[in-house]
Amino acid sequence: MDGNSAVGEAAIRAGCQCYFGYPITPQNELTEYMATHLSRRKGCSFIQAESEISAINMVFGASAVGARSMTSSSSPGMSLKQEGISYLASCELPAVIVNMSRGGPGLGTISAAQSDYFQSTRGGGHGDYRTIVLAPSSVQELADLTHRAFDLADKYRIPVIILGDGMLGQMQEPVDFRHEAPAELPVRSDALRGARGRPSKIVRTCTSNTSEMEELNWSLYRRYQLIEKKETAFETFLVDDAELIVVAFGIAARIAKGAIKSARANGLKVGLARPITLWPFPSGRIKELAATAKCLLVFEMNMGQMLEDVQLALQGQGEVFFYGRPGGVIPTPSEVLRVISRHYYQRGLKKGK
Amino acid sequence: MLIKTIFAGFGGQGVLSMGLNLAEAAMLEGKNVTFLPSYGVEVRGGTANCTVAVSDEEIASPVASAPEFVVAMNQPSLVRFQNQVQSGGVLFYNASLVNPQNPRGDIELVGVPAGEIAEKLDSPKSANMVMLGAFARKTNIVSMDTVAEVLSTILKNKAKLVSINKKALKAGYDLF
Amino acid sequence: MRKVYGRPRFLKKRSFHYCAGCGHSIVHRLLAEVIEEMGIHERVVGVNSAGCSVFAYNYLDVDMAEAAHGRGAAVATGMKRAYPEAVVFTYQGDGDLAAIGTAETIHAANRGEKISAIFINNAIYGMTGGQMAPTTLVSMRTTTTPFGRDVMLEGHPLKISEMLALLDGVVYIERTAVNSPAGIRKTKKAIRKSFQTQLDGKGFSLVEILSPCPVNWKMGVAESWQWIDKEMTGVFPLGIIKDTTGNKDAD
Ligand SMILES: Cc1ncc(C[n+]2csc(CCOP(=O)(O)OP(=O)(O)O)c2C)c(N)n1
Ligand code: SF4
Ligand SMILES: [Mg+2]
Repeated sequence: MDGNSAVGEAAIRAGCQCYFGYPITPQNELTEYMATHLSRRKGCSFIQAESEISAINMVFGASAVGARSMTSSSSPGMSLKQEGISYLASCELPAVIVNMSRGGPGLGTISAAQSDYFQSTRGGGHGDYRTIVLAPSSVQELADLTHRAFDLADKYRIPVIILGDGMLGQMQEPVDFRHEAPAELPVRSDALRGARGRPSKIVRTCTSNTSEMEELNWSLYRRYQLIEKKETAFETFLVDDAELIVVAFGIAARIAKGAIKSARANGLKVGLARPITLWPFPSGRIKELAATAKCLLVFEMNMGQMLEDVQLALQGQGEVFFYGRPGGVIPTPSEVLRVISRHYYQRGLKKGK
Repeated sequence: MLIKTIFAGFGGQGVLSMGLNLAEAAMLEGKNVTFLPSYGVEVRGGTANCTVAVSDEEIASPVASAPEFVVAMNQPSLVRFQNQVQSGGVLFYNASLVNPQNPRGDIELVGVPAGEIAEKLDSPKSANMVMLGAFARKTNIVSMDTVAEVLSTILKNKAKLVSINKKALKAGYDLF
Repeated sequence: MRKVYGRPRFLKKRSFHYCAGCGHSIVHRLLAEVIEEMGIHERVVGVNSAGCSVFAYNYLDVDMAEAAHGRGAAVATGMKRAYPEAVVFTYQGDGDLAAIGTAETIHAANRGEKISAIFINNAIYGMTGGQMAPTTLVSMRTTTTPFGRDVMLEGHPLKISEMLALLDGVVYIERTAVNSPAGIRKTKKAIRKSFQTQLDGKGFSLVEILSPCPVNWKMGVAESWQWIDKEMTGVFPLGIIKDTTGNKDAD
């Protein structure tokens, strides 16, 4: 199954009731999957919106009345969604937003890129807020994290972004779906369902009272701290004896893994560190690894965005190199291997078996 | 053992279905697989290609730096991919359309007159299946039976298409 | 010997990337011809948009800028206001002009911006692979209306030209089709008239062109030309929708 369809199926199995989207390559298969499979489900709704701005605001509405809702797009469309995401964050409304990102800036290319890292991990829109950002690196993980995204969104009442890329969306791999679609989900207690037997409720972001706004920011901040503590996810591969550790996320981590296997075959002691949550960023784990290895090589399909989070985590301790390919170019494992080897030898690192 | 193959040709030559068939067959045989197609504008521009990785272990990169096998259904694909084939690998080409000019001595060239054979079978569109049959025979990545089984599931209700394509597969398989 | 047919001067010497039978290539040629015949190439600035025609500047040999999806009318407004001598046209698909760009289109028209909108209505999202457009016909199957466009869910085809005609800033709107030699000639006349309206400083004008997309309609080329007459013109009738220019036909 292709990655886009896998997200669609996993969303339906997670109880997604509403999907609103606008066509853009390379994520159309997801919109089309929902048109075929969600639109006719009982109690569910699919709309091809007239724009990404409308789609995210439809999500806002559906979430306000308590439905599990999702939208998806690719880079240029994500820019249009940012206003809506800021409002979702402010109103503490859960939502799942998928970005099968492509090469930018501007209309750019439709080929896979990772240049939306800053936009995704820094909130993206205006105001002081964060979104949880999940970065899968296989079709199976796309499906698993889609399910998880819905749970996290509800649990913390926060928008969750799944940051994939064109390649993950288009690629086909076998997938197991571990859940059946629930018959019925409980309605969130904060949903607007009419003031029947209770006082009326409001969803709003505007206030003339600055101290009220400050309090909202503080309460969001405390929740963000809790998320940082509890939900940071991370994977490592062959790091125990590694002299050099590659730090990469998403599909780049996959390509790096291929390179690392070849490097190991040549006797280079190289490992991989892969953040699965980009926000919260696994700074603590990166710092630990930097203490055991001689150096880190950050590899991204952009000009160095996660690199800044790695540098922030290290606070000037430890040596960090960078290799980046922007614009939608997909480097091959052997290109990454060449960069690994160059740094390895230049740094005079020891070989092993 | 990790084996990567690139299938390439004009849009409309059924290049992606060849790759998909191989990937699904390998999956049925219990292997790990990835199928990575080219998409979008690139496809409208007239060329299509896909990379299939088959392995007993977890597949790290779905991208191929140096594929073991390349299948070139037209001349531009041959030119584009012939230098990528791993030393000791095999380059299959559609001898009906492609004129091999490969100066490399370290790979094997296999010409399959896929176009002509398909014409003879009265179904020019199934040249891709002739090629896939020959490919399955030569590479032994998957068994012919599984490939045929996949064909039947993909083309579910279209008995006529299934039988034409199976004939084409067999014609390719019987070449070697 | 007298040359009766050739490449228009402002069409670059390269082959189109459009599919066989696509209406975009015909309209490109018409634009190039009109620009040449009116002698305005030194003043023309075009705005192309996301859609199959995103590479229109590869073919039209005039100054052009690519706008973000749907924002053509706003970009053209900026150009015309900052440089009024320019002859500014937008080249937009139905998704671009009548879905994501509806607000920009309506407000530019309402302000009576002195620009020409060339609006390609092929009832589909061509570039992204055949999804529903606002102009998709009822019951028509697309990749996002796999069971056919259902008016209860997706509404009726949007007649943006008729809507725009209600606005006082709009002086000329005509709907044509490029599925026959006569239709192609009419389209050319309409484009010329739209440019003339702009040169006369009269206000906003738009030419809606029904245009075949055989690939995403899943039809042969000839069949797609017939389909425009048989199905599309019933919903989108051809002819002048509004004309307060006071000009007779431009020629
Ligand atoms: C913000 C944004 N969203 C989505 C897209 C993807 N996109 C490109 S063209 C297009 C619509 C194409 O349809 P239309 O305007 O009718 O032009 P056609 O290709 O049919 O000529 C879309 C949705 C984009 N480029 N930017
Ligand atoms: S997809 Fe349709 S609109 Fe686009 S180039 Fe092809 S025929 Fe023309
Ligand atoms: Mg269109």
